[in-house]
Amino acid sequence: MIYLTVDFGSTYTKLTVIDGKAKKILGTSSAFTTISSDVMCGFEKALSTLKQKIGEFQYDKLLICSSAAGGLKMVALGLVPDLTAKAAKMAAASAGAKVIKTYAYEISRSEAEEISQIQPDIVLLCGGTDGGNKAVVLANAHRLAQSKVPFAIIYAGNKSASDEVADIFTAANRDFIITDNVMPQFNVLNTVPAKECIHKLFITRIIQAKGLSRVQNLTEYEIIPTPLAVLNACELLSQGTNQSKGIGDFMAIDIGGATTDIYSMSRGYPSIDNVMYKGLPEPYGKRTVEGDLGMRYSLTSLLENINLDLLSKTTGIPATQINEWVEACDKEPNRIAPPTSTAAMIEQILARQAVQLAVERHVGVYTKAFTPMGEVYTLSGKDLINIPSVIGIGGVIVNSQNPISILRGCLYSASSYEYAKPKSPQFLCDSKYIFASMGLLSLVDPELALSLLKQEIKILTLDTKHYENSKQKIVTR
Amino acid sequence: MNTRTVVTGVIGADAHAVGNKIIAFALNEAGFKVVNLGVMVSQEEFIEAALETNADAILVSSLYGHGEIDCQGLREKCNEAGLEGIPLLAGGNLVVGKQNFEDVALRFDKMGFTRIYPPGTTIDTTIDELKEILKMN
Repeated sequence: MIYLTVDFGSTYTKLTVIDGKAKKILGTSSAFTTISSDVMCGFEKALSTLKQKIGEFQYDKLLICSSAAGGLKMVALGLVPDLTAKAAKMAAASAGAKVIKTYAYEISRSEAEEISQIQPDIVLLCGGTDGGNKAVVLANAHRLAQSKVPFAIIYAGNKSASDEVADIFTAANRDFIITDNVMPQFNVLNTVPAKECIHKLFITRIIQAKGLSRVQNLTEYEIIPTPLAVLNACELLSQGTNQSKGIGDFMAIDIGGATTDIYSMSRGYPSIDNVMYKGLPEPYGKRTVEGDLGMRYSLTSLLENINLDLLSKTTGIPATQINEWVEACDKEPNRIAPPTSTAAMIEQILARQAVQLAVERHVGVYTKAFTPMGEVYTLSGKDLINIPSVIGIGGVIVNSQNPISILRGCLYSASSYEYAKPKSPQFLCDSKYIFASMGLLSLVDPELALSLLKQEIKILTLDTKHYENSKQKIVTR
Repeated sequence: MNTRTVVTGVIGADAHAVGNKIIAFALNEAGFKVVNLGVMVSQEEFIEAALETNADAILVSSLYGHGEIDCQGLREKCNEAGLEGIPLLAGGNLVVGKQNFEDVALRFDKMGFTRIYPPGTTIDTTIDELKEILKMN
C-alpha cells in the first residue's frame, strides 16, 4: 500500500510518499502553493519533483490537509475573558483553526466592524452557562447578524438563548449552526460538539470557498485543516495505539510565517506541594495558536511584543539593524536570510522570542498567596515544568542552523518564575517535516504512522548539524 | 418554581473547606442551583462566576478573621461589572477577635452587604432569609 499525503500550506505544498509494506518514507518534496490561480499547479509540480527524486510511482491512497488561503480563519466570542471566551478560543484552536482574535462581553460597534475586517471563515459565538446570562449573547448575535461579511456562525452558548439566537440569524439570512454549550455548567468544558461543527463547516463550506473542491474530488478522504493533522500526530505519538506505546508527555512548537503554535500533551498536574488549582480544566492535548507571533506576516506584531532595547543589549545587535530586517521582511515575505549572516542571527533571536512568548501564553501560571497556614500557590493552566521532551516542528526550526537556540525560548526562567515552563527537557526535531503527514496517515493506519514518527523524530544535540546521525534513545517519563 | 442560582465560596486566602461543602450541600438540598467556587476565591472569581451563570445572589464565607478586609470593595466591583443590586451575603468568623457583632454588621452594611451572619449561625437561618430576599416564598 502506497500512501501519498499532501499538505497545502500557506506558502508551500508539501508531499510525502509512504510505503506501508516496507514501513518507510520513500520521499518528500515541496513546491510553491498556487492557491490564487489553480492549486493543482503547485501539486503537479511537487509531484513531478518527487517522481524525479524517487522514480515513477503509483499511489493507492491520497490524504490531504490544508492551511492554504489563510487557513481556517476564526474569531471567538464569549462572555467573561477567563471563562466562556477562553473556552471558545480553546474549542476553535483544538479544531485546527487560526483564531485571529477573541472577544469578551458585549461587543461594541467598532469591535463588530473589526470582526468584519478580519473576514473570518467562521465565527464561534459563546457566552453564559446553560440557564445563565442571555443578554450578552443576544446582543452579540444582533451585532454579528448585521455584518456584511458572509461568515458562517456557530452558536455554542447558553442553551436557554439558542431559540432566540436562531431567530436572529434566520431573520438576517445568515449561515449558522446551533450546537451544545462549550461551558454548560460553571467551569465544565464541553468543546467537542463545537469542534465537530467547525469540522463540518470546514468540509461543506470552507473547502469550496478556498478553491480546494477539485482537490477534494481526488480523494475519498475528507480534507482536514493542517493544525488538526498535527494535533492528531501529537496525540498519537504521545499516547500510542492499542498495540504500541507512545512516548508519553511532550510539548511541540511550530513557528510559521503567520502564527506560532504550541501543542502540549500532558495532564499538567502541579509539580510542587501546597497548590490550589484555579480556573478552567484543560484538555490533555492542548493547542494554542498565537496570531500575532510569526516570522513573516506577523513579524511586525512580534516585534511590538518584544522589549527591543533589552534584546539589543543582551545580544549585541543594534536595535536599528533588527528594525531594518523586520521592515525588509514585511515588504518581501519571501525573503530568506543567508546562512551565517547577521540577518540569520536576527531571525534566530526573533524566533526564540516568539517561542518564549507563545509558551508563556500556553503554560499555566503560578500565583503566590500568604495564608495563616503559610505560603501557598494557586495554579491556573498546565504545569509543564517537568515535561521530558520538547519537539520542534515547522520550517523555521527545521531549517535553522541552530534549532536548539530557538527552542530554548521555551525554558523556565527564574526571573519569570510564575510561568510553569519546562525546566530541563530534551530537545527533539521533526527533521523531515512529517508531523502533518503522519497526522493524516494516523486516520487510516495509526500503527504505521506511530512507528514512522518514532523513527523520524531526531534528538537534537548541541552539535546542531549532526542530529541526523544521533542514535540516542528518546527519554520517556 | 423558577430555580435560583447562588454563587458561593470561601473568600481570600482562606482554605477552610469543610463548612463550604456543608453550605453547598444544604443550598442544593433547599432547591438552589449552586455554583460552588470552593476555597481561596478572589472577588473577581465571584463576580465572573455570577456573570456567566446569571446568579441571583452571592454568598461569601470567611473563617480566618480577614473577611472584612477581603470583602471590601466587592459591592463596588459588582456594580462595575453590571451586577447592580445583586444580594451579597456573608458569614463565618468575619473579623479578628471577639467584637460586638452589631458594630461589625454596621460596617458590612456600609460596605454594601445585604446580610451578614455571626459565628454559630445555622445554614437554615441563612437559607430562609435568602428565600425571603429573593422573594421565593
